Amino acid sequence: MEQSLFTSMLFATLVAGTPLIIVALGELITEKSGVLNLGAEGTMAMGAVAGFAATHYTGNPYLGVLAGMTAGALMSLLFGLLTLTLMANQVASGLALTIFGVGLSAFIGKPFESLTLQAVPAIRIPLLADIPYIGPALFNQQSLVYFSWALLGGVIWFLYKSRAGLILRAVGESPSSAHSIGYSVIGIRYLATTFGGAMSGIGGAFLSVFYTPLWVEGMVSGRGWIALALVVFATWRPLRVMAGAYLFGGVMISQLFIQGSGLQIEVPSQLLSALPYLATIIVLVLISRNQQTIRLNSPMSLGQPYRPDA
Amino acid sequence: MLSFKLEARPEASRTMSYLSPLIAVVLTMLGGLLLFSALGKDPLEGFQVFFLNPMRSWYGVSELLLKAVPLMLIAVGLAIGFRANVWNIGAEGQFILGACAATGAALLLEDVSGPQVLLAMIVAGALGGAAWAAIPAFLRTRFNANEILVSLMLVYVAQLLVSWLVFGPWMDPDGFNFPQSKMFSDSALLPMLVEGTRLNLAFVMALGVLVVGYVFMHRSYLGFKMRVAGEAADAARYAGFSAKRMVWFGMLAGGVCAGLAGMAEVAGPMGQLTDKVASGYGFAAIIVAFVGRLNPIGIFFASLLMALLFLGGEQAQLYMSLPASISKVFQGMLLFFLLGSDLFINYRLRMRRTLAKAGA
Repeated sequence: MEQSLFTSMLFATLVAGTPLIIVALGELITEKSGVLNLGAEGTMAMGAVAGFAATHYTGNPYLGVLAGMTAGALMSLLFGLLTLTLMANQVASGLALTIFGVGLSAFIGKPFESLTLQAVPAIRIPLLADIPYIGPALFNQQSLVYFSWALLGGVIWFLYKSRAGLILRAVGESPSSAHSIGYSVIGIRYLATTFGGAMSGIGGAFLSVFYTPLWVEGMVSGRGWIALALVVFATWRPLRVMAGAYLFGGVMISQLFIQGSGLQIEVPSQLLSALPYLATIIVLVLISRNQQTIRLNSPMSLGQPYRPDA
Repeated sequence: MLSFKLEARPEASRTMSYLSPLIAVVLTMLGGLLLFSALGKDPLEGFQVFFLNPMRSWYGVSELLLKAVPLMLIAVGLAIGFRANVWNIGAEGQFILGACAATGAALLLEDVSGPQVLLAMIVAGALGGAAWAAIPAFLRTRFNANEILVSLMLVYVAQLLVSWLVFGPWMDPDGFNFPQSKMFSDSALLPMLVEGTRLNLAFVMALGVLVVGYVFMHRSYLGFKMRVAGEAADAARYAGFSAKRMVWFGMLAGGVCAGLAGMAEVAGPMGQLTDKVASGYGFAAIIVAFVGRLNPIGIFFASLLMALLFLGGEQAQLYMSLPASISKVFQGMLLFFLLGSDLFINYRLRMRRTLAKAGA
């Protein structure tokens, strides 16, 4: 394959996979604490609109990311209030969060619909970016691509090497034991949920500020749900989240390359656009086929409310 | 010092479970007043435009009932599944497939006239919705794949499918390249119930489905088994109820009802298929099912309320230059408040007089 095509495909795959990595890693931490937050789609939408608005007014994309993160964290606090404090059903509350977030973002975003932002320049890492083929794709990237790699390292270290991560996993596996040795299950779940929401917010802001610097209603288009599926697909393991995210990134951009390649393939564009969703279903089937895999890997208390008998 | 303490009720409060939706409605309206004032609008005017304007005239009321039809249809079907913890979240996609299948029947029988056209469209719509719901049901029962995610992914696929149909094979040749099918012939349109309104036979069909749903849930053995499965999964397993059958039945009930609603939409107010056929009814119906307490009688009233939120959004757009998406904000608020106040079904607040701790 010619260098430029390969490099640009790799580049685009990494960019398309990045919001999925960030959101799915956030959700992974949330789920490891035993909380199933199905609100990622709505949280991303809020992060996207907040990020766009903040960048539009300040001109600084990183203030946009910060705004997206804050909006995401606030959304997840709302979810926490419902499910952790008021002990509402997590599935229903997550759906409520998505309906609310998608609606509110459309409402807030109306005035921004015809605006665009300036594209954020890539950050070039000297020397590494000169490696043939992969260098320009890997090391001349958007800042948030690097951030997603750092996040992956951080999450792996946190979960498997730090004491706090051990406590978090204990809360997800056996909340009553964690409670009985003195940890606040609800408090830890609040933290984990807020982290997940903040990451969803950043993922949303990445879409509206970096990926396609504009705001359109419904622009998240299922990425929040795909990220949720990725966590299952990765059997709650961070490294596999990244692999899965790039796989999906590749599927997402393949349609652009097929359409732009000049190859006269008689395939309706809608079928190509449906590929990421169909791929999600296929990987879910492949991974869930073996019930043992899911049962052994998913946090034991996932989705179940906890109330200490005070 | 007074303090409040949450205390588990010895058994779930029936009163609270009926009161909770009403509390949620009141809180949503109060939230609406706050929202309007936060937007710099006169809250009372906003309240009037949003909640009262749609019902000012008989025509308004007929529009309200028209909007409520797809919501109550879908919600009853979903409630049957939700009761058994079968989470069909993809009614929006099943609605679209029902609309597409019914359109297919209408286009195929273009030269036929008589009631058999509508009958064929009803069957096609129900089958279309059922087929789309059968995919997550099959993948769940055969491969254990999560039905929430699968049914949801299929919503996006359905949207792309309808877009392909109306931009491609079914595009009206005389439609100036608009993404829409031909207008249906008169035989493919549901007859009106009241002259001068758009309220059609689908309303009667929806009421019929409500009754069938009620009888199924409260009078049939399978309905009973599904309720047990939802409320006490272990008991259901111990009694030997087939979990797979419940997943199948729960998903298909939702699919058939959503498909019927899609048929009613194209054969009713739209009169053709367009790429905008689904305007969030499938998701709003989830809220309707919960607010209606998964009970057909409750769903009837909840669907009227939800229809009011849809129409209120349109009114707010017309008269207060607010985006129509404001109705989705209200929908979200309603569900939040409902889920929040449901706490008091199983818990109650106890007020306590305690002595202030020394030093505190």
